[in-house]
Amino acid sequence: MTTTTTTAATAPVLAPVTAPAARRRRRSLAPGRRLPASRLVGPALLLAVWAAASAAGRLDPGAVPAPWTVLRTGVHLWTDGTLTTDILTSLQRAGAGFAIGLTAGVVLALVSGLSRVGEALIDGSVQLNRAIPTLGLIPLFILWLGIGETFKIAIIAIVVYIPIYLNTHAALSGIDHRFVELAEVQGLSRLAFVRQIVIPGALPGFFVGLRLGVTGSWLGLVVLEQINATSGLGYLMFQAQNYGQSDVILVGLLVYGVFGLVSDSAVRIVERRVLSWRRTLSN
Amino acid sequence: MAPHTEQLTRPAVSLRGLTRSFDGRTVLDGIDLEIPAGQFTALLGHSGSGKSTLLRAVAGLDHEVTGSGELVAPERVSVVFQDSRLLPWRRVLDNVLLGTDGKEAAAKGREALAEVGLAGRERSWPGELSGGEAQRAALARSLVREPELLLADEPFGALDALTRIRMHGLLRELWERHRPSVLLVTHDVNEAIVLADRVLVLEGGRIGLDLTIDRPHPRSYSDPLLGEYRERLLAALGVTEDHQ
Repeated sequence: MTTTTTTAATAPVLAPVTAPAARRRRRSLAPGRRLPASRLVGPALLLAVWAAASAAGRLDPGAVPAPWTVLRTGVHLWTDGTLTTDILTSLQRAGAGFAIGLTAGVVLALVSGLSRVGEALIDGSVQLNRAIPTLGLIPLFILWLGIGETFKIAIIAIVVYIPIYLNTHAALSGIDHRFVELAEVQGLSRLAFVRQIVIPGALPGFFVGLRLGVTGSWLGLVVLEQINATSGLGYLMFQAQNYGQSDVILVGLLVYGVFGLVSDSAVRIVERRVLSWRRTLSN
Repeated sequence: MAPHTEQLTRPAVSLRGLTRSFDGRTVLDGIDLEIPAGQFTALLGHSGSGKSTLLRAVAGLDHEVTGSGELVAPERVSVVFQDSRLLPWRRVLDNVLLGTDGKEAAAKGREALAEVGLAGRERSWPGELSGGEAQRAALARSLVREPELLLADEPFGALDALTRIRMHGLLRELWERHRPSVLLVTHDVNEAIVLADRVLVLEGGRIGLDLTIDRPHPRSYSDPLLGEYRERLLAALGVTEDHQ
């Protein structure tokens, strides 16, 4: 026992002396360890350049106001309550549309992925729906649903459900046939098969769809609120355009950006938790 | 209700005129076979000889295959595949417990993992196991169900030679402790001779040779008496050792 420990302890010390060439490591092709707070480095640099250019008087304050002007306007809009109301309205629209789109996408993908009849009924129709740019449906939806909230939520739901459906369905139909065979051998019921094999197997695809869907919901929101709205962030920015208030427009853009970043990070965090069994390049 | 003694002597697997064909090509041509309960049987054959087809028929996995014949197999059948087929999103213990339920299941799963030498790896992900360890986990998964019949489709085919030898010992040991009937499909003559008490050779869709190997266990790969069996099996497979 003691002899083995001593040789094990001395070997790594001796090896570089006796055979230095053999110990040279190959160059790693993986991107390597992550930089701390790597996702904030780029935006912070951008902000610094913007602030420096404003301070040096290189930017026309009417077109690109200084960061502190934007901040002051933001605080002002927030304290007088305009911004909060607009943010809440926008969040409600995006949230409702996203929830409906998410549910529809997942349910349709499951029905179409798990039964041949479902596939025949659903898949072709969704593929057709995908071919039509959703924002092109706006005039028709205004005629059908009026210009209120319903049509906005409906459009956002459609923008969201398509990527979620497509990616989840692709993942469902791509489940390894060997796992289906395993489920048969292990005597799994249909429900247990769906819960323990189909759903976990389709989750990576679902998350790809989810992230596209989240981005889509903000995109839909911006377009809808700038076309036809009397409230919401987009409306705030549209009004600001009429009055030449570029600082208000920038506040609106900033809020949209924060929405997008926060929601995408939330999805990423959930994804990393749920798919912790995956060992990929990113960890 | 059948009396208990009859249960013991009843064959575990019974095939009568089992025929299977793919696209008009007959792969199994009227196979008659009985495997007594508790027997360790190996099934040899060339690739494409239909040995996997036979195993899949017994396992009940040949849904869209045309065929006829009678087939009797026990209720509790476990299958070990060539790949470990562990679900990558479940930890090792949860993989072993796939398809089982009840309160004692987890304890049984741990026990089975300990039996295959994987105690302490319950919480590992399948991606963290080596090929041999993954195949051990697959063995544990098949054991947990306390099978009356264990079907193994080239279970060691993807392992390296050293791991394979270790797995041979493990499989035989597990068989001796639990005594399921075993049908081991393999193309490795030595594997069949070392492990099984009866070796079948599938040739032209029929059982070409049915050989009982009456040698004590554990058997050595270099046992000269096994050489005679090897030659008979190789001859039945149409291989002649010209270099000898």
